Amino acid sequence: MADMTTKLGSFTLPNPVLTASGCAASGKELQQFFDVASLGAVVTKSIMLRPRSGRPTPRMAETPSGMLNSIGLQGPGIDAFLEHDLPWLAEQGARTVVSIAGGHVDDYVALARRLYGNPAVSMIEVNISCPNVENRGQVFACDPAASGRVIGAVRRAADPAVPVFAKLSPDVTDITLIARVCADNGADGFSLINTLLGMAIDTDTLAPALGGVTGGLSGPAIRPIALRCVWQVRETLPHLPILGMGGIRTGLDALQFVLAGAAAVSVGTAVFGDPSAPVRVLAELERALDERGFAAVADAVGFAHRSVAEPVKENA
Amino acid sequence: MTPVQEIAEIFAVQKVGEYYQFTVVAPGVASSFVPGQFVAIAVGGEQSSMLLRRAFALYGATPTGDYAGTIQFVVAEHGPGTEWLVRRRAGEHLDVVGPLGTPFRLPRRTVPAVLVGGGYGTAPLVPLARQLIESGSDIEFIVGAATASRLFGELAARRVAGTVTVTTDDGSAGHRGRVSDVLPAAIKRINAHVVYACGPMAMLRAVGDVALAHAVQAQVAVEESMACGVGVCMTCVLPVRGEDGQSRFVRACIDGPVFDAAQVRWDDVGTLPPDLVGADAMGA
Repeated sequence: MADMTTKLGSFTLPNPVLTASGCAASGKELQQFFDVASLGAVVTKSIMLRPRSGRPTPRMAETPSGMLNSIGLQGPGIDAFLEHDLPWLAEQGARTVVSIAGGHVDDYVALARRLYGNPAVSMIEVNISCPNVENRGQVFACDPAASGRVIGAVRRAADPAVPVFAKLSPDVTDITLIARVCADNGADGFSLINTLLGMAIDTDTLAPALGGVTGGLSGPAIRPIALRCVWQVRETLPHLPILGMGGIRTGLDALQFVLAGAAAVSVGTAVFGDPSAPVRVLAELERALDERGFAAVADAVGFAHRSVAEPVKENA
Repeated sequence: MTPVQEIAEIFAVQKVGEYYQFTVVAPGVASSFVPGQFVAIAVGGEQSSMLLRRAFALYGATPTGDYAGTIQFVVAEHGPGTEWLVRRRAGEHLDVVGPLGTPFRLPRRTVPAVLVGGGYGTAPLVPLARQLIESGSDIEFIVGAATASRLFGELAARRVAGTVTVTTDDGSAGHRGRVSDVLPAAIKRINAHVVYACGPMAMLRAVGDVALAHAVQAQVAVEESMACGVGVCMTCVLPVRGEDGQSRFVRACIDGPVFDAAQVRWDDVGTLPPDLVGADAMGA
């Protein structure tokens, strides 16, 4: 049995499979299907300062091997999160990665301060890349300077004991450029990737299928893009840990991300089709590592980057 | 009422008018089902490019007896997912999650009730009718559809309720017109205290309006498109007035599918009303 322990910066996880932000709410609903404490961690839906209604319906359109969503970060706000959701997660014994989102640098700073010193927070994922914000196409993560400002401000405001990960968008010319600026501003690691901006048109109504017109594309359709992003950022910044995500549905999908350089993975859209997908992916990943002779998942992280001159058999 | 995920063998698939009635072996779902709840079913097989489950109201569940552990639901073919589903046959297996959702609430004491089903929206009302009658309630049953072939459950409703009022938009069966046309008379005939309904949004809204005009409560089960069915994705929301007087987007899968019609802001479905809690944060 492979040692599944992994690390995201200073945060040690018993295993490398997490939920993905926006695909598990705050864990409570999924607890009906499996013990959320058995995962590496629960990544919450992005928390904002104030309650937020989200966008009008329809908010979802199924696409080949994927789905588009224009939910628009519906949520109760940080007060309700700290009062109800976070204590509930702590009671279950779950480790929690809190995703935070905002419209201005000040919002992110205020959120980081509210989480300061809270023992139930294991890590902060800074969502600077949600396409469902008012100013579409101008998300922070598409602008190197804006990304750096947000990440730098959160890193300074947040509890120094808690790693701060930047969640990046693949909708950029060169993701390594954004990653580098975030690293220069103190990012402890990266969550790769957020959804891609997409669209569908309803051929019966002859109008956009989503209430928000455009939306975020997720699911296996984006997996090769996500994997490429993980590969590129690992190559550029090999010392910084990556939480990989994008269309992971099986243990072998997860293994691809690990081999590309992800120290842990998030299972997102797959949960909508299979509420117990995260624990299934974990079991499958463990088996896949065993079958390939890895004594520990840590040994497999970035393994595919080894030169072809070093055959896998000799190292496994 | 904790939902379970089961790999369920199909016991039978019967064509009923334009619909397909499924009976599948799902003892975990059957054991805790309450009328108004639904199941979410994976489509297309393990390597499917269709990632999302399809939701179907439960038509019945048999926890004990000859068909112990079976559930029934009704499928209308209207897209690639349901096209795949209706081609399944007895002996094949389905990945089923359920029972899901907030069911119809039964009155605390026995009161007369009118049940109104539109199309295959009649399905969840049949087991409800059975429960109401067992508890001693007088009921009236109305089933309607655009045309005769889209009616569902007329016979089952008649078997449970004795008589059924049928309406079709084109007059191909029963009264020509809408269910809401015959609802006022049904309410008056039994002095109904509550109306239960399931069907398309426009019908539910019309039923709610009639109930309100007669000072009768209406509990309606909505059909919203869902991605997960279990409350995590936030796609199936509609604007609903809360007990505190404030309106919010609430999930049809968890807080519904059954709502008090008077609380649903039908005019605002598909929009973002500016007075909704958190609407002010959307411009930020």
